[in-house]
Amino acid sequence: MSSLVHDSLLLAGRTFAHWRAQPVPFLVTLLFPVLVVLMMGGLFGGAVAGSAGDYVPFVVPGVLALTMLFGLETTMIAITTDAQRGVTDRFRSLPLHSGAVLAGRCLADLAASVAALAAMTAAGFALGWRWSGGPGDVLAAYGLLLLLRLGLLWLGVWAGLRAPGLEAVAAVQIMVWPVGFLSTVFLDPATMPSWLGAVAEWNPLSATADAVRELFGNPGVTGGSWPADHGQELSVIWPILMVAVFAPLSAVAYRRLNR
Amino acid sequence: MDAAIEAGAVRKHYRGARRPALDGFDLRVAAGSVCALLGRNGAGKTTAVRILTTLLTMDDGTAAVAGCDVRSDGDGVRRAIGLVGQNAAVDEVLGGRANLVLFGRLRGLAKAAARARADELITRFGLDDAAGRAVGTYSGGMRRRLDLAASLVVPPSVLFVDEPTTGLDPDARREVWATVRRLVDDGVTVLLTTQYLEEADELADHVAMLRDGRVVLEGSPAELTSLVGETRVEVRFATADDAAAAGRAAGPYAVGPVDVDGVAVAVPVADAGAVTGFCAALAATGPAPLDVAVRRPTLDDVFVHVNTVEEVR
Repeated sequence: MSSLVHDSLLLAGRTFAHWRAQPVPFLVTLLFPVLVVLMMGGLFGGAVAGSAGDYVPFVVPGVLALTMLFGLETTMIAITTDAQRGVTDRFRSLPLHSGAVLAGRCLADLAASVAALAAMTAAGFALGWRWSGGPGDVLAAYGLLLLLRLGLLWLGVWAGLRAPGLEAVAAVQIMVWPVGFLSTVFLDPATMPSWLGAVAEWNPLSATADAVRELFGNPGVTGGSWPADHGQELSVIWPILMVAVFAPLSAVAYRRLNR
Repeated sequence: MDAAIEAGAVRKHYRGARRPALDGFDLRVAAGSVCALLGRNGAGKTTAVRILTTLLTMDDGTAAVAGCDVRSDGDGVRRAIGLVGQNAAVDEVLGGRANLVLFGRLRGLAKAAARARADELITRFGLDDAAGRAVGTYSGGMRRRLDLAASLVVPPSVLFVDEPTTGLDPDARREVWATVRRLVDDGVTVLLTTQYLEEADELADHVAMLRDGRVVLEGSPAELTSLVGETRVEVRFATADDAAAAGRAAGPYAVGPVDVDGVAVAVPVADAGAVTGFCAALAATGPAPLDVAVRRPTLDDVFVHVNTVEEVR
């Protein structure tokens, strides 16, 4: 166990060293969600909520959840690049704890997500977003966001290990957008055709967005359907389900890499 | 001598592949020796290395490296080996030194020890000027030197070197060879895979030729070359008549049939005495040759021989 912790921390440290060596791509990942809020708020805020200012309390928590989805790309790119270039095989030829490489990736990506949440929160405050929930609720909200990230992380690890090449990552980068839009991140599903609204309500991203809106004390979606009324439960169930499915699949894919 | 690498009847069939990559692969490499695994692309060299280094599991067979079974004691194998080549890249974003420190720490060295070892290797491999630069900016030769250094952070007892000079220019190739030779002087067992006969000839005590996933021929470079034939004296004349006369004069010195082909004569000989004897006979009685050459068989001939048999089958 101590070797697992030791090796994972060293490998997470490798990613931190990458950020120091190449700060620009790292900063772009941090600031991209902020750009999305500014863009969506400016473009659609008036149409959706009457004014950009009135849209902010709804959209900021949504984009906090969306930021976790963007993290999927970061994870997948890192995993696929290492696997393609043979760096993963170098690690696999060393006497490391078998879980260390993937655990190190988790630690580094969660750290990146904490930084991205901090950047988005600061930008939200600058735009006038405030929470009215108590400190416990606010902490729980950030906890739920990171839990979603953890679930998506293992999805990203698995997809990254199974990807035939970096081209596959580009496909995921495109798919992130429909998944992001078909949710309650930007809009209330009550405004959508009913079948589309149902899809959006069952989206794991929506569960987390709805749950954190409630915990932050921000305006939420109209509700009435089962998933919309059980956002808190689903925001725990979805990520745990993702971890339960993709962590074991990732462990197998790691052991059988390139065969 | 003890075997550092021992593989018996190893079989590996990739899912979806038409033929097995390894099919009854046997190999024994004595501790402290250099074995070259020689074969064309697709012969199974890299698969063999990946199985012996625990990166890949075999379908069937047995294999042990440094006394550790690759299946039941993978960690023991990984503690004993170093791996250089396309299968084990270093981090391109980090500098050379940072890579070596990372690998040292992953091998259990304390921070200070890992740094000291990295500095030592950086100097030994002539990478001082590039130590802080991202590896992505290194030349092919520098990269390969760093690869070697990375596999030596904790000295291995068995080093796997997979096609170390593919894509390198001749100078860089010689540099890599010199490094491998120095390692062997330190007592490391080396398994080298290569497509270059020259490389096997230069470095290896033992050559194993791989074809269709199994070793079809093995021995020292000298033993293998003696298999394909004798030293030949090749002489060219101005006319076919002269060549025919020389062919008759060659009789007493030849150890096999003399080959007369137009103006060219090829005489298989047993030793240097036969060469000088034949030349003296030519000088005394025969026609004056235009050109005389003594040609020894090379591993190249063995390679062609082995692969010709393959194509005939």
